[in-house]
Amino acid sequence: MAYRHVVGPRTHVFADLPTLMAKATPVRSGDRLAGIAADSAEEGMAARWCLADVPLRDILARPLIPYEDDDVTRLILDTHDAAAFAAVAHLTVGDFREFLLMASPETLTRLAPGITPEIAAAVSKIMRNQDLILVARKCRVVTRFRNTIGLPGRLAVRLQPNHPTDDAAGITASIIDGLSYGCGDAVIGLNPASDSVSTLSGLLHLFDDLIQRLAIPTQGCILTHVTTTIEAMNRGLPVDLVFQSIAGTQGANASFGVTLPILKEAHEAALALKRGTLGDNVMYFETGQGSALSAGQHHGIDQQTLEARAYAVARPFRPLLVNTVVGFIGPEYLYDGKEIIRAGLEDHFCGKLMGVPLGCDVCYTNHAEADQNDMDTLLTLLGAAGCNFIMGVPGADDVMLNYQSTSFHDSLYLREVLGLKRAPEFEAWLETIGLTDADGTLLPQGPSARLIAAAPGLAA
Amino acid sequence: MSGRDGSGEDPWASLARLTPARIGLGRVGSGLPTREVLRFGLAHAQARDAVHTPLDAEAVAAGIAELGFATLAVASAAPDRATYLRRPDLGRALSEDDRARLAAASGEPVDLAIVVADGLSARAVHEGAAGLLAAFQPHIAHASWRLAPVVVATQARVALGDGIGAALKARAVLMVIGERPGLSSPDSLGLYLTLNPRVGRSDAERNCISNVRPAGLSHDLAAYKLDWLLHQAFARGITGVNLKDGSGPALATAPASAALAETPSQKP
Repeated sequence: MAYRHVVGPRTHVFADLPTLMAKATPVRSGDRLAGIAADSAEEGMAARWCLADVPLRDILARPLIPYEDDDVTRLILDTHDAAAFAAVAHLTVGDFREFLLMASPETLTRLAPGITPEIAAAVSKIMRNQDLILVARKCRVVTRFRNTIGLPGRLAVRLQPNHPTDDAAGITASIIDGLSYGCGDAVIGLNPASDSVSTLSGLLHLFDDLIQRLAIPTQGCILTHVTTTIEAMNRGLPVDLVFQSIAGTQGANASFGVTLPILKEAHEAALALKRGTLGDNVMYFETGQGSALSAGQHHGIDQQTLEARAYAVARPFRPLLVNTVVGFIGPEYLYDGKEIIRAGLEDHFCGKLMGVPLGCDVCYTNHAEADQNDMDTLLTLLGAAGCNFIMGVPGADDVMLNYQSTSFHDSLYLREVLGLKRAPEFEAWLETIGLTDADGTLLPQGPSARLIAAAPGLAA
Repeated sequence: MSGRDGSGEDPWASLARLTPARIGLGRVGSGLPTREVLRFGLAHAQARDAVHTPLDAEAVAAGIAELGFATLAVASAAPDRATYLRRPDLGRALSEDDRARLAAASGEPVDLAIVVADGLSARAVHEGAAGLLAAFQPHIAHASWRLAPVVVATQARVALGDGIGAALKARAVLMVIGERPGLSSPDSLGLYLTLNPRVGRSDAERNCISNVRPAGLSHDLAAYKLDWLLHQAFARGITGVNLKDGSGPALATAPASAALAETPSQKP
């Protein structure tokens, strides 16, 4: 079915819903690369006018990728909560934006299972950045493993202690550094340079020993392929969280070497370990706009909508953390700071609206037109939007993955400016060990020596 | 306040020697000391410059030829750096002229085709490619692998190797490519191994050895791991996520999802 919008003497025609959604997307290099972006600024606005009049029911009734072709579409439609959707079923996309601006946090929580990724993406396309922030701030997605993440007024940090050769002492040094800034409540999560099971075994024991020895109310994760983590669990290694990169189409997931049944197998294996003390959210997913196009598996759908579909892949597994690694993919998908900032806000909004615990790796690469000032801007906006967690990378410079993210210091900045607290259990632990005062502020003379002494293999 | 925690004895100095990561930076309230802000800014400026340095393909080919390898030069379909950065599809495709030249140059089927490519850091190739091939040369001789001429490719992405390997009738293609420069690593090579190369291979079908540079994985260790992977690939008929690196702990390899030089669609 074609969509039309008249602007003065011109009639803009959009052949079908995927075309309309793509043309209505704020411009970014990835959609241009795919050849589906609006050809002019006016066409983009005409598409947004048109999209605002589309009933949400129509979006639900017209899957962008056919049901029979794609298991992500099947997952979305088979698990859709029609009762939750009923509250907004009569609205158009434009009405839905206004509904969201007015909705209470409780209403949004009830609504989440009724929101498909396509509906979330559609409304986001006609929302300004301030709308994305305001509505996301009202969406509460709280998860638990050994602490509580996502409570209002709180922000967690993934401590990311990557090392180019997985050196245990080097990794431990970065962890101690991060802990001394009060980081690590989301997860202590390492991207290993090697995917060998023997390396993984050593790292899993290192993390488990450290967390137990210091009695840190947090969880560890070695971010390796899900099949490797399954093998680790089969060998009885101490796995807290299962990690996997996921995308919004079956084909893109296949290019990552992952399927829904594999994720289900990993989820069940991790649940059976019962290692969470406060809750059983055991999955950690990462996503990012452009991954499906990069894999040649985008079906002509815009990258922002496909990103929201990745959250639908995550949702049934009740993850502890879902992280949009927003600027990692490079300038062919998000060209500059402006596009990265917009994408970060869209991803966070769509995830939260769908009831998924979104955090953001606020980041960029050296071949993108962006710098640390752009990251300061996005970081501040996401703090205002109630983002569940961010990354803490030493000095914001990841020496293994070769990109820039946010630093331990950046989290202190955000806490000071916006008054954001850590996960409550972690905050209490920091005070217990004498690192912070009762208010969560770092004390000038922190217990560096004690942290170092307690770290395996570092005591001088 | 420049010392961490403002104390006299700084335990962070000894910790900082354990990792190239930026730890023990000190803090001023919630912020960084001025010197660290400026140090970071300078590193970013240098990395930005590195991305835009062109590959000196002739000099690279000459260095490889000195080792006794035959060489060929090709260019991708991306005409310049600006286009290359926005159009990865062009960086994965051979120019028409080169497709024909490779087809004409191919002879009998070979075991391995090696491609040396600029990727996102020509500096990494200038400084490391010949040394890596020199370290790998004895492994090739020992295994008696038949080799195609080494191809030096400009404005290239990882998948450019698939078409090259297919044109040269190779059982496997090894892509030696400049990785995306990090602030502390403008000189890192990535090695991507793909069995039965043909246009359309996915990244899940490759194995990657990343961070090959003086301060990372040495040429000798990289060559050793490559030798292990290649023997396994030929014996088991696979590369990619189903071929786990079992060559030893604490060495830097990753599945091709690392893909720093090519399609970093996931943070592995």
